[in-house]
Amino acid sequence: MENMVNVYLFGKKYEVPSNLTIMGAMEYAGYQLVRGCGCRNGFCGACATIYRIKGDRELKVCLACQTKVENDMYIATLPFFPLVKQVYDIEKVKPTEQIMMQLYPEIYACVGCNACTKSCTQGLSVMQYIAYAQRGEYDKCAELSFDCVMCGVCSSRCPAGISHPQVAMLARRLNGKYIAPACGHLENRVREIKDGTFEELLESLMQKPLDEIKELYNNREIEK
Amino acid sequence: MGYSKEMLESMAKVAANRAANAALEPVRMTADEKDTILRENHPDYLPDQFAEIKVGPNKGEKAPLELTALLEANARIKAGDVDLNKVDYDVDVLVIGGGGAGSSAAIEADEAGAKVMIVTKLRIGDANTMMAEGGIQAADKPNDSPAIHYLDAFGGGHFAAKPELVKKLVGDAPIAIKWLSDLGVEFDKDENGNMITTHGGGTSRKRMHAAKDYSGAEIMRTLRDEVLNRGIPVVDFTAAIELIKDENGNVAGAVLMNMETKQLYVARAKTVIMATGGAGRLHYQGFPTSNHYGATADGLILGYRAGAKLLYEDSLQYHPTGVAYPEQIFGALVTEKVRSLGAKLVNADGTVFMHPLETRDVCASGIIRECDKRGNGVDTGSGLGVWLDTPMIEYKNGAGTIEKRIPAMMRMFAKFGIDIRKDPILVYPTLHYQNGGLDINVNGESTTVKNLFVAGEAVGGIHGRNRLMGNSLLDIIVFGRNAGQNAAARAKETTVGKLTLAHIAKFDAERTAAGIKTDAVSPKLLPTYTHGNPDLDETKVF
Repeated sequence: MENMVNVYLFGKKYEVPSNLTIMGAMEYAGYQLVRGCGCRNGFCGACATIYRIKGDRELKVCLACQTKVENDMYIATLPFFPLVKQVYDIEKVKPTEQIMMQLYPEIYACVGCNACTKSCTQGLSVMQYIAYAQRGEYDKCAELSFDCVMCGVCSSRCPAGISHPQVAMLARRLNGKYIAPACGHLENRVREIKDGTFEELLESLMQKPLDEIKELYNNREIEK
Repeated sequence: MGYSKEMLESMAKVAANRAANAALEPVRMTADEKDTILRENHPDYLPDQFAEIKVGPNKGEKAPLELTALLEANARIKAGDVDLNKVDYDVDVLVIGGGGAGSSAAIEADEAGAKVMIVTKLRIGDANTMMAEGGIQAADKPNDSPAIHYLDAFGGGHFAAKPELVKKLVGDAPIAIKWLSDLGVEFDKDENGNMITTHGGGTSRKRMHAAKDYSGAEIMRTLRDEVLNRGIPVVDFTAAIELIKDENGNVAGAVLMNMETKQLYVARAKTVIMATGGAGRLHYQGFPTSNHYGATADGLILGYRAGAKLLYEDSLQYHPTGVAYPEQIFGALVTEKVRSLGAKLVNADGTVFMHPLETRDVCASGIIRECDKRGNGVDTGSGLGVWLDTPMIEYKNGAGTIEKRIPAMMRMFAKFGIDIRKDPILVYPTLHYQNGGLDINVNGESTTVKNLFVAGEAVGGIHGRNRLMGNSLLDIIVFGRNAGQNAAARAKETTVGKLTLAHIAKFDAERTAAGIKTDAVSPKLLPTYTHGNPDLDETKVF
């Protein structure tokens, strides 16, 4: 017989097998999920969840698909959070401090409470990456925020109303486009392709009889 | 973790052999050996798991049982259920699906000046793109060329791909990387800007570009941000449940259904881009899957009922390394990059049993043979698995490599108490990719239905009968953009005639004539999971 535990989904009690994730427990309880379920593998941020264990004072957060149920767990999912997403033209913005002041001025109202970092489902140093964004150090902000799945829990806990995932998104795009060193071999290859350098070779491969192309494939040299 | 005594003993053997195994260079299989191992072990070769399709453009061909049932099922609506004169959305280009292909297509259609709209049954970004970990291929290094990439892709797909599609794929690859980079996608680079690239299974050059092991997530969130910046409307939690044609027989929109309220809407469009993705959530042959929640082959169903031909609908990809333990993440993807970085496949006795970077189908077959026929698998409590020796990565490349290069993998296992830097992990093949799909020409248009464009995993023929790692992220960008550009151009010269759903009744007549009797409906939209609760009906349809 399976080990069963009691969980409280939005306050309502259900008995579920102890080996399930929170997401699995909801389905076991009979929910057909539409919201709050995306990749089911910890990459999409759809299943942000807040919980408290009976008797504990601390609110904890997690992704429902990546967390096993515990006995006496009170569970509330956060399938959507109204983050602020400012629009901008990536071709026209510049990676200067001004752009954050212009688009996300609320980051300068950060009170340093660190609730964002404490609540991150990915264990990121959220407050620190916001500090980098404040200073226009977008490369550092990008690196520190890289594993963000944009679930929005940090913003739900923020007294300053900061949309941390969107701030980080902007920083990463600025870094990727303007700050990271340009790639010379990529530029060269794109130029060669546009000049038609490989056209004839590709055409000839396409025309080759099956036997010949099999021979080429089976004897191709593989880089160590 | 709750490892069994047997698992711990086996794990100790893996550790004891690590130094010797790391030094080993396993031989690659010959062409004949590969043919044999596939025939004897690959799930695609189990005839009783396939059925003959009795109706439609691919009548007489085989497809997996679960897909055949959906292809032959009832539509969710009859023609009379919606008033086609009451148009709720009127656009030039309708993109169905909000993953990487759909988003790329929408951006390009918008760029071309078309009025474009994305409709998606979950959120934009809820897609297999988001979960692609390992990387994206492009021949942009001096020792590489699109021609070498062509040979790798065409041969890896068993010479079954459509040559003109492979040429487009490899020829546009560096352009796709540059496009992404210009949008701000952060690729792993060295201090001089050179791409840090690795091998994938079946590649002959190191051309796997990555963004740590969040490659797809990084691409997807950037594309999503760009779609939103451009103000392209995204109608989310709304599924396309039937294509609409016009009196000329051309595709001209879709019937949409709000996933929460079930309300129906009519979307009229001059062209439609089907970018609905894969089918892992159909759990072919009972396999677990690495796919996202909505991967239920909807686009294949919608297209097929409207007359679009399929190609290689009997060909699936089982990723060699799905999680076999712990059971909470059973079937989740362990990126091929783990093997690219040097981890080897080791059996219960601590022996390396094959080269870790054979193509995916061969590698998956090798693991299945090791567990099932040779009896060298490890009992995980919920099945069998083999070891993927992750500590070998740091043994070879130094401490810190795992956290820097594959942080997502480290985190996923850490959440269940496993440190992949110290202990190897248990893997077994998981249903990963739909090699087949709707048949297209090089413009991305269906070969049989006009004004229906297709992009991404819903397409068949780009990868033949096996796809190489990193060629799918590539394909969604190359063919997504291509479809967006061509659909926008076509829209300019298209006038939509009177809308009709007559194809439903026509298809029904064919079904009746073929003697098909079923209560099933399609598209499936979402799977139903009950986790063994005896009080619930797991056959319940969403």
